[in-house]
Amino acid sequence: MIKIALARLQQGHRTMRYPDGPAPEVPERFRGRPVFDASKCPDGCAACADACPTQAITINGTVKVDLGRCLFCTDCIRACPEGAVSYSQDYRLAVSNREDLIVAAGEELKLAHALDEKLMKLFGRSLKLRQVCAGGCGACEADVNVLQTVGWDLGRFGIQFVASPRHADGLLITGPVTENMRLALRKTYDAVPDPKIVIAVGACAISGGPFIDHDEVQNGAESLVPVDLYIPGSPPHPLTILDGLLRLLGRIDDRVHGQTSVPTPSAVRPPVGAPG
Amino acid sequence: MKSYDVLMVLSNHLATVGNGRAIDRSAIPELSGQEFRQAILDAVASGERVASLFGVAEAQAEVVRLYVVLADDQDSRFRVGTTAVAGDRFTSLTPDCLQVHLFEREIAEQFGVKAEGHPWFKPVRYQASLRPGHDAWDRATNEPPLVGVTDFYRVEGEEVHEVAVGPVHAGIIEPGHFRFQCHGEHVFHLEISLGYQHRGVERAMLGGPNKRSIHYAETLSGDTTVGHSTAYCQVIEALAKCQKSARAQTLRGIALELERLANHVGDLGALSGDAGFLPTASYCGRIRGDFLNMTALICGSRFGRGMIRPGGIGFDVDQKMIDELLRRVAAGKKDCKSAIELLWNSASVMARFEDTGRVSPELAEELGLVGPAARASGLQRDARNDHPSGIFRFSHIPVAAWTSGDVFARAYVRWLEVQRSIEFVEEQLAALPGGAIQREVKDLAPNQLAISVIEGWRGELCHVALTDAAGRFERYKIVDPSFHNWMAVALALRGQQISDFPLCNKSFNLSYCGHDL
Repeated sequence: MIKIALARLQQGHRTMRYPDGPAPEVPERFRGRPVFDASKCPDGCAACADACPTQAITINGTVKVDLGRCLFCTDCIRACPEGAVSYSQDYRLAVSNREDLIVAAGEELKLAHALDEKLMKLFGRSLKLRQVCAGGCGACEADVNVLQTVGWDLGRFGIQFVASPRHADGLLITGPVTENMRLALRKTYDAVPDPKIVIAVGACAISGGPFIDHDEVQNGAESLVPVDLYIPGSPPHPLTILDGLLRLLGRIDDRVHGQTSVPTPSAVRPPVGAPG
Repeated sequence: MKSYDVLMVLSNHLATVGNGRAIDRSAIPELSGQEFRQAILDAVASGERVASLFGVAEAQAEVVRLYVVLADDQDSRFRVGTTAVAGDRFTSLTPDCLQVHLFEREIAEQFGVKAEGHPWFKPVRYQASLRPGHDAWDRATNEPPLVGVTDFYRVEGEEVHEVAVGPVHAGIIEPGHFRFQCHGEHVFHLEISLGYQHRGVERAMLGGPNKRSIHYAETLSGDTTVGHSTAYCQVIEALAKCQKSARAQTLRGIALELERLANHVGDLGALSGDAGFLPTASYCGRIRGDFLNMTALICGSRFGRGMIRPGGIGFDVDQKMIDELLRRVAAGKKDCKSAIELLWNSASVMARFEDTGRVSPELAEELGLVGPAARASGLQRDARNDHPSGIFRFSHIPVAAWTSGDVFARAYVRWLEVQRSIEFVEEQLAALPGGAIQREVKDLAPNQLAISVIEGWRGELCHVALTDAAGRFERYKIVDPSFHNWMAVALALRGQQISDFPLCNKSFNLSYCGHDL
């Protein structure tokens, strides 16, 4: 008993103050929102788009990146001869509409809006979610799980993961929706009472991720159920996921947690031109 | 047991390869079906293991060729042989050699050849045959396999009941289906049916490498990103004859051990939670994150995405970062000790851990278990020690083993490994060699077979690639440790209380996606 008490003293109180206080620090090399400096792009160059493993980048006069397809890898940075691509420290990535994830260089990201008044009344102070892992690699699940640890303490926002769809207000879906999970996802969705919401977490659940267009997958949750919140990343950082959930519940004050619209590049600069 | 002479003769039928090496495909001896069988049986009888056993569809797709990779842990080498399957069937080896049971079902499912005499001849992942028109269960080509639809083993009798769990589970975990045959709380039998995570990775690897290949490797099992991407890169480097710098190799080793630390600490916390002991559960949940954040400090990703790249690594560290890592590792070490040692001093935890879900050394050996699950049943089996590659050739981490084979042993082995990995990381960070972090990777050699084995935190990750005449992947075979170990979860539950299932399952913490590919 004494040992338990001593350990308790040593471990201390670790729950973060965010969102009332500052957001936890992200590492210097954190890959938040990608930044394209189109002014550096030479005419006719498509090195970044060619290198992208998921065709997230398109160049038609302007450079556009689909954050729903982006794996937040470093292939485009390595491929760019001019150093025009980098990642910012901006962790805020969640949006309410799929098309909002396709952003042109220099354009502001339309971050997720809160639920409408009716749903807010129902879910604003208590949101029970059923998590469905529908394929993928398990990393998104791991970083959703992290939100339940003492450091993040998701319960303080009234958000909880429940053990039955009948107890849930909505689904949080990860994975590209494999052919083998299609029926299970459908049945789980149908078992959630109306009104309900769906949150797609990670590149797989939004677009299929690295498995886009495989015969064995469905290219994301939207192929089967309507989605209300998209949280991109591969996997998204827990802070990105929490930011998305809190935005949905109207609990983020952008006067406190707002950042400049086109964020400053972070220190991610792996060797240019290295194979990879 | 065969006589020594016979063994010697048969050994000559197999080609020898070291870890992280490639050989010419023409040097792999072609065996008859009978010789192939006997070579595997003899090797296993003399203490070798089946690290991989897989099929390849030949160019005309009319012939299926089988390859076996036998691990000789004593002599740090692998032995490879091949045989062609005549017609659409082969004689199952499982009745005589249990550790191939899932490999044979996989070959049948992927290539539409029947494993005759297999005691549990069922699909593995419920995927369509890679050879249209050939199906081991005689299903029509336009009839997609229905996941989980199979004849589950049933126990009949008064008051015997069946409990079906999944594919969607109560927590935030991957999908899988578990079918228990119970009498009250008592479990007679558990059958585990997977495949829900199947996303066609091995099929997508064919014709590679291409720009997605490394990303497939990183997402084979998200919690083993560093392990699997290192295994993949070693395959590429073996085929391209690329030598990594000492600095790159050391940083790969550090990343691998940080991955082990995060997962082991997380598992110990989760085990504590399943035993209803909340202090360690909540501390470890947080400390796990501290280790993930150390990986993120190096490469920006908590899971090590982008860290391991063919030819070396994607991110270098500077002195400031090394100092910060050393500071954090020291803090993590202190936190781990205070949090984890509580487990062994708490009677309520030990009462749940001890004698629960026991796997005997004999069973572990027979099933061909790998990783902490094997070491907890007394097997001294660790690829860092048996088949060292990279930094592990120069810096040895002692193998941590225990003999009781129960939940306690699987937990305690993790704690021993946590301590040794921390020591290793501190030692390596303090004396990081210089050199480039990445070297150029040339085209892959044609007509080769390359083997790469890494001791991931769950156990042996085995990647085997076969290149065609153009140096492209004709086959890329991945074996996650979970593939070897899932059967042990089912057997550990026999004779246990069904309420101990979460604890037993967590003590293995196997990957669904690594199995389903």
